[in-house]
Amino acid sequence: MSDLLYSEEEEALRSAVRDLLADHCDAPGVIARTESDAPHDLAAWKALTDGMGLAGLLVPEAQGGQGATHREVAVVLEELGRAVAPVPYLTSAVVATEALLELGDEALLAELAAGRRIGALAVALNVAAGGAYKVVRHEGGALHGELTGVADAAVADVLLVPADDGGLYAVDAADATVTPQVSFDLTRPLATVTLNGAPGRLLGDAEPAVRRALRTGAGLLASEQLGLADWVLTETVRYLKERKQFNRPVGGFQALKHRLAQLWLEVVNLRAAARNAADALTTGTDADVAVAVAQAYAAPVAVHAAEEALQLHAGIGMTWEHPIHLYLKRAKSDSIAYGTAGVHREALAGLVDLQAP
Amino acid sequence: MIDAAELKRRTAELLAAQPPATTDRLDFLRARFDAGLAWVHYPEGLGGLGAARSLQAVVDAELEAAGAPDNDPRRNGIGLGMAAPTILKYGTEEQKQRYLRPLWTGEEVWCQLFSEPGAGSDLAGLGTRAVREGDGDWVVNGQKVWTSSAHNARWAILIARTDPDVPKHAGITYFLCDMTDPGVDVRPLRQITGEAEFNEVFLTDVRIPDSRRLGAIGDGWKVAQTTLNNERVAIGGMRLPREGGMIGPVSKTWRERPELRTHDLHQRLLKLWVEAEVARLTGERLRQQLALGQPGPEGAGMKLAFARLNQEISGLEVELRGEEGLLYDDWTMRRPELVDFVGRDAGYRYLRSKGNSIEGGTSEVLLNIVAERVLGLPSEPRTDKDVAWKDLAR
Repeated sequence: MSDLLYSEEEEALRSAVRDLLADHCDAPGVIARTESDAPHDLAAWKALTDGMGLAGLLVPEAQGGQGATHREVAVVLEELGRAVAPVPYLTSAVVATEALLELGDEALLAELAAGRRIGALAVALNVAAGGAYKVVRHEGGALHGELTGVADAAVADVLLVPADDGGLYAVDAADATVTPQVSFDLTRPLATVTLNGAPGRLLGDAEPAVRRALRTGAGLLASEQLGLADWVLTETVRYLKERKQFNRPVGGFQALKHRLAQLWLEVVNLRAAARNAADALTTGTDADVAVAVAQAYAAPVAVHAAEEALQLHAGIGMTWEHPIHLYLKRAKSDSIAYGTAGVHREALAGLVDLQAP
Repeated sequence: MIDAAELKRRTAELLAAQPPATTDRLDFLRARFDAGLAWVHYPEGLGGLGAARSLQAVVDAELEAAGAPDNDPRRNGIGLGMAAPTILKYGTEEQKQRYLRPLWTGEEVWCQLFSEPGAGSDLAGLGTRAVREGDGDWVVNGQKVWTSSAHNARWAILIARTDPDVPKHAGITYFLCDMTDPGVDVRPLRQITGEAEFNEVFLTDVRIPDSRRLGAIGDGWKVAQTTLNNERVAIGGMRLPREGGMIGPVSKTWRERPELRTHDLHQRLLKLWVEAEVARLTGERLRQQLALGQPGPEGAGMKLAFARLNQEISGLEVELRGEEGLLYDDWTMRRPELVDFVGRDAGYRYLRSKGNSIEGGTSEVLLNIVAERVLGLPSEPRTDKDVAWKDLAR
């Protein structure tokens, strides 16, 4: 059975990341940044990577990383979710890194692990492991084509691009045209990647690398969703203890108490599911089922939590200045990222032998 | 502190002294209790060794491998899950010595005389009276309901009103009631499943000696909290393998009967399968916390999840069975010894699961408990808190 608890070291890591984000990533700052040309918080990214070495958690020490596991990464993602931090951690330190771990490109891995460069897998954010993804044309040693929906491409230094010959190529961002798209989630913006004869360095077969990267992305996204849901629940409970209407704290009305208790139950369940996925990815035991279960459960819960938070904050929840909208946008976007709940349920049908009619 | 190796050594010692193959079942169970291997986290002399609760699994595995008899825990769920921890916490030395051993071996089955026709969710409003006579005995009159196992029980945990002149929570006292005493009348209460798994219990001038009072006079509500907390853990906290709960039979039916499958049912089944698996993981996480001596508040939610899932899954299975879903296995009135949620057919499971959101605290009350005790939200305005029980409107 999986270890579903947090170790003391993991709790220490959590505190350190939370403290750092409290200093770097407060909500007014994140909101202000989303309205600028540079929504990503590269100062926070530098503090996480240079200062704490967190970009290399999944990379073995021999290859320039920290040699930690998915369990520690999951704790980092919980905290990043709590802060809706606009840093390319999931996309670079998890998804791109897992693709490179599959292909074994040590030089590039070391650069990503050290946080010296940011990587992005040039596959649309909504694609699930095993799902179809767009590829570019490989012709005469150069790459041609356009890929859309690539998360965090705007800050990537290197793009991992699948091509029609079945290869995955490393392309310098400087050799591509990266055009930001107007994104629903302001804190994890998407971009279009256009390649007009860009040089690419072949890393290996795309299929296994993309599959592994997206499976890990989906599994650990559940921890980001957990952090997000936990934050909105905590904030909403705090607000409803303070906010008075009809001469009583609003949180004393049973209609609201039951909704919050129900939400708490969902978050408790999500914690077990997310921990199970992180542990299964670490040990490799039962990982496909654990990831599918976690994603099928996590997405609706995170969205529900953010939607409830907005409704229970009422008028203030609808404003731009209150951060709840950042959480709702992230939660809804996360519910599509790396496959919807429905896609993961269908995957599960095959995995646990509950076939469709 | 006793560790796993020491427990294995003591278990081997027990097996050597009382070989299961040649030892009478009850003799073996009594010897096991006396060796402190019954519930290892209990104190020495009371069936335990003061060891970590998680180490019980070590003993159980060794004994099972040796073919030792168990104490048939399902037959005495209320005794083991609720009466025992309450007696351990509040009992006198004499009470612990008298009751815990035959309770654990299963020689004496226990039931719980708490709920009343007029006091369900508002349990503290109960009206069963216990009046002290000159000789110190208590004389009890009243009616209890939803009493499972009363028809098999030798003993009952009972709460009764001993002081109607104080507010309702303050005037209750906790007793151990002898079910064979004159004036205890157990009548079957037939339920929607057709079974009479529960009982009504009428108490008419039942005499209970003061030596069978558990805790101080007027402290019954506090003592009962121990029982109720343990009840919810017992109901929601079973350890299950994947597909070990209600989702198991419906998944099996789905696999074996492709002709019954529809797209709508497929979507609903997958969603419930995920929820059942996640609830199982939450239960496992709770147990891992308990094993480290760090109980989390998750337990409060386990029973809620269990009730809703059982109801939705069993409802789905009735639909899945189509024409068979229109039938029922048997309406004959029976008096089962065990509470069985899953043993019969889909229609029975559907009907029995309706009780899961009522028994042991309704889901609505449990949501209030989560909101107030876990999330710290303000409690409901109370109009009955400072009013003497006898002055409450009824």
